[in-house]
Amino acid sequence: MSAQAGIRGKAWFKALTGKDQPMDGDPGSVLTSEAALGNETARFLCVVPNPQARFPCARHGEVGLEEAYTLATRLREVIDQDANGNKRPIIALVDVKSQAYGRREETAAIFLAAAATADAYATARMKGHPVVTLVVGQAISGGFLTHGYQANRILAFDDSDVVIHAMHKEAAARITLRSVADLERLGHEIVPMSYDIHDFAKLGLLHKLLHVDNPDSPSAAAVAQVRQELIEAVADARAGSEDLSNRFRSEGARQMRLAGLAARTRMEKEWMTA
Amino acid sequence: MIDRRVVVQATAEVTGNPEVFPAFVNRESFIELKARDRAQKLMDSGSWRELVDSFERIESPWLPEQGIAPQSDDGCIVLKGKIAGMPAVIIALEGGFQAGSMGEVSGAKMTAALDLAARDSDAGKTTAAVLLLETGGVRLQEANLGLAVIAEVISSMLFLREHAPIITVIAGTVGCFGGMSLVAGLSSYIIMTREARLGLNGAEVIEQESGVEEFDSSDRALIWAINGGEQRVGMGVADELVDDDVQQIAAVVRKFLEAGLPSVHRSRQVELYRSRIAALNAVQQVDPLSLRQQWSNATKAGGRR
Repeated sequence: MSAQAGIRGKAWFKALTGKDQPMDGDPGSVLTSEAALGNETARFLCVVPNPQARFPCARHGEVGLEEAYTLATRLREVIDQDANGNKRPIIALVDVKSQAYGRREETAAIFLAAAATADAYATARMKGHPVVTLVVGQAISGGFLTHGYQANRILAFDDSDVVIHAMHKEAAARITLRSVADLERLGHEIVPMSYDIHDFAKLGLLHKLLHVDNPDSPSAAAVAQVRQELIEAVADARAGSEDLSNRFRSEGARQMRLAGLAARTRMEKEWMTA
Repeated sequence: MIDRRVVVQATAEVTGNPEVFPAFVNRESFIELKARDRAQKLMDSGSWRELVDSFERIESPWLPEQGIAPQSDDGCIVLKGKIAGMPAVIIALEGGFQAGSMGEVSGAKMTAALDLAARDSDAGKTTAAVLLLETGGVRLQEANLGLAVIAEVISSMLFLREHAPIITVIAGTVGCFGGMSLVAGLSSYIIMTREARLGLNGAEVIEQESGVEEFDSSDRALIWAINGGEQRVGMGVADELVDDDVQQIAAVVRKFLEAGLPSVHRSRQVELYRSRIAALNAVQQVDPLSLRQQWSNATKAGGRR
């Protein structure tokens, strides 16, 4: 796993947009920029580490209060600006280790901040903005629920440092009263518990795994390749529905989410006659 | 359980007045009820039917592989019926099963029920949702599917919320944490008791991740000062504080159902809350009571939604 979350996020944000500074008035931890994507302009968003952040528990690439409300502001800006026009693609670059675990955050209702951002991402999607997430590093827990998980399409690098998970290994081990070794063993046996991106891909939640050479330092060829994949994902999102049904109707879901799909089918049937 | 008649009699003997605490003593506890009973109590009598109930035995396929007994309703109870004559669906999470955590099946039940309520609402039969949330969030034994279903629940809520209110009740004792706190945050209205807690990260998790000096999880008073229902309602991030009383909770649910959609959902008040966060002094810990006063004063001064 990368020593520090957010390094890759910043590298890819710069590679794709040519910028690495926040917008005026925004905290140093949220990068937002417009950049060309195919024959249109897209809005790119990324959360990066900010050692000078006001909130001490949100200095290492976590999604905290400022990050969440800044993302929500920048998303609502796009929604408002494009209300009557072409819906700009929104690209979320994700490399977040988690939500911020702090007392200040809890006191100031970080749950509402996270909800506001998820609302903004989902609203953009529902209004017809193609929202594409590219996981370049970590995408963990509430950090991912807030920033990235509401996208129409999710891409991830096919790389051992890419981790999408409900909770990082050490904390999950403590909470489920297991050793890290036990958890890793279970991960190999029980697909949804795995920390391996290949196992995650089996769940049918991803649009595509992308293999790029050396994702830590984007080469010109890799950037061109990723840009082309983003263009294709945007087109695919535009051609698809504005909800998340593609995730549980996917080939992977039909293999791995049989019980959930059975519950849905029964619910639909019984609802009609209830 | 204490026989209420004994308490009433004893109170009358001590005080000489049988009317001293009648409402408190005679109330029917909501917290003591299981999720299924809670849901039934809120529906109009005889109007409801449970969907995908325990007899269908759609269980988590992942728990038995880890030596954990599944439950035949996966801890998620869905009732379709009427509240105060209005079509509604109640989705109740059972805090007594795996701490109300969300897995593949419970998540699919919740998402499907919300989608169907949205479909009916879109077709002209407005169907509100009442969520009874007692949950720690993601079920870690189903980790990535748990997180995935919460993302799907969030999306389905936003479709329904365009047509009909979503009312969340957090009564206790589990509270509402983790990813499911976002679900609460996206609700049209949140009803809480003093016993209930609402937050993204529980105190134990913060202590583990950031150290005991950040949050001492043995400090119960601090936990309730931050996450408790009185604080959450007082600071304006939840809507109504209720006693642990079935009749009172039912009356407030009806009130919000009749009110319909709020003029603006709290999760869309981005500017208001962004400016409040900007105004916080983050150098030291934030005093919960001062914050409550500041935010509630600001709300009175024009921030009311």
